[in-house]
Amino acid sequence: MPKPRILSVKDGDVLLLVGTMKGAFLLRGRGRASSWEMGGPYFPGAAVYAMAYDDRAGRRRLWAATASMHWGSVLRTSDDFGRTWTDPKEANVRFPEDTGLTLSQIWQICPGRASEPDVLYCGVAPAALFESRDAGGSWRLVRGLFDHPHRPRWSPGGGGLCLHTILLHPTDRGRLLVAISTGGVYLTVDGGRTFRVSNRGIRADFLPDKHPEFGQCVHKVVRHPARPEQLFLQNHWGLYRSRDGGESWQDVANGVPSDFGFAMAAHPHDPDTVYIVPLESDGFRCVPEGKLRVYRTRDAGRSWRPLARGLPQENAYETVLRDALATDSRDPAGVYFGTRSGRVYGSRDEGASWKSIVDGLPPVVCVKAAVLAGKVGSRRAARRG
Amino acid sequence: MAVVVHLPGVLAPHAGGRSRVTLEAVPDVGAALAALFALHAGLRDRIQNERGELRPHVNVFVGSENVRDLNGLATRLPDGAELFILPAVSGG
Repeated sequence: MPKPRILSVKDGDVLLLVGTMKGAFLLRGRGRASSWEMGGPYFPGAAVYAMAYDDRAGRRRLWAATASMHWGSVLRTSDDFGRTWTDPKEANVRFPEDTGLTLSQIWQICPGRASEPDVLYCGVAPAALFESRDAGGSWRLVRGLFDHPHRPRWSPGGGGLCLHTILLHPTDRGRLLVAISTGGVYLTVDGGRTFRVSNRGIRADFLPDKHPEFGQCVHKVVRHPARPEQLFLQNHWGLYRSRDGGESWQDVANGVPSDFGFAMAAHPHDPDTVYIVPLESDGFRCVPEGKLRVYRTRDAGRSWRPLARGLPQENAYETVLRDALATDSRDPAGVYFGTRSGRVYGSRDEGASWKSIVDGLPPVVCVKAAVLAGKVGSRRAARRG
Repeated sequence: MAVVVHLPGVLAPHAGGRSRVTLEAVPDVGAALAALFALHAGLRDRIQNERGELRPHVNVFVGSENVRDLNGLATRLPDGAELFILPAVSGG
């Protein structure tokens, strides 16, 4: 197995956490992220669908969900930027015996609110939500969702039956939203004791009933914490906005070449700005016309514009998966994405122009961005928030 | 009645660095695995899932026979049997 290259990082660096089908990598952007250095591969051979950076309570902790085809899925952490990683003796996320289920993969790691620094969530396949209240030391199945009467009727999409999106209300500790492929959006307002379905307005082109109560194949949902009632959703066919906290959804596929896609990312400072990467058809699932374009709305979905400068516009049959698009907290914001062909691109100017950061990686399934120590950016956040 | 379990290199760190473990008084494969996990708890969740089943891409051989082609975890172990735990030829 290859020996991973170890990174040294400094405050102010941008750190990209890149999960691939065959291990994880770290990309360190120095200063204004004009040059990049790569660390890894970590966990070579294991699929890493979920990563996260947790800087609450003075931590500098990397999280990675590793899935070995042979030896199972676990959550691992590093407190020294990848120099060492935990390797838990026992599987730390596991279905209780009475469920009769076995974990196939961890799809999402979500640190809790800043006000509850020891809380984390993770979403898994088969679709379920787990919660930790001791900084990841132990995990428990969230029964409020598991016991939902719809659960036995959820069905797997191409990636399996996965809970891939966890959105916390920024201030109300009782409110949390999850998205499941295929099941759709479910909300709790009582801290996870009960969940209710919330797919009103979201279509399901692949079912006889195009607007069922549940069964939608939602691919990603995002929100900006300064306007928590406004949500954006990339569906398996369909691009939606909610202005009532997810109670109802309106189509906002205005000016996109396709309303199919996986990835979606919120701007760090402007609640009305969102990024997506439209894909052509659910049969092909590559960018339309062989042109690699990110689309951005700056008016909450009333219009979308392509961002292509610096990206290949010919013979680029690329796919960007649901967790492979991210923004950092700088101002102007950095935007990053990875492709199934193993390329990672970045923009230092909110998407106006792009540069290749690295190519030749295994298929990229996850990109997360962090600005270390948070000494830069956020002027606009403070102004708007 | 000794049985020798051979582990792949990737699992050796979870068995105190050993790639061979000798077990006594284990009448079948299930008992051998239980004894192995009692000695080296870190092996359990890598070889079995939450339901106590062999992970689908992990193979256990008694001699040259895959236990899936025999009697699974109930496969009897003769004295001196050798058990091989190996990753299946899976991946991409």
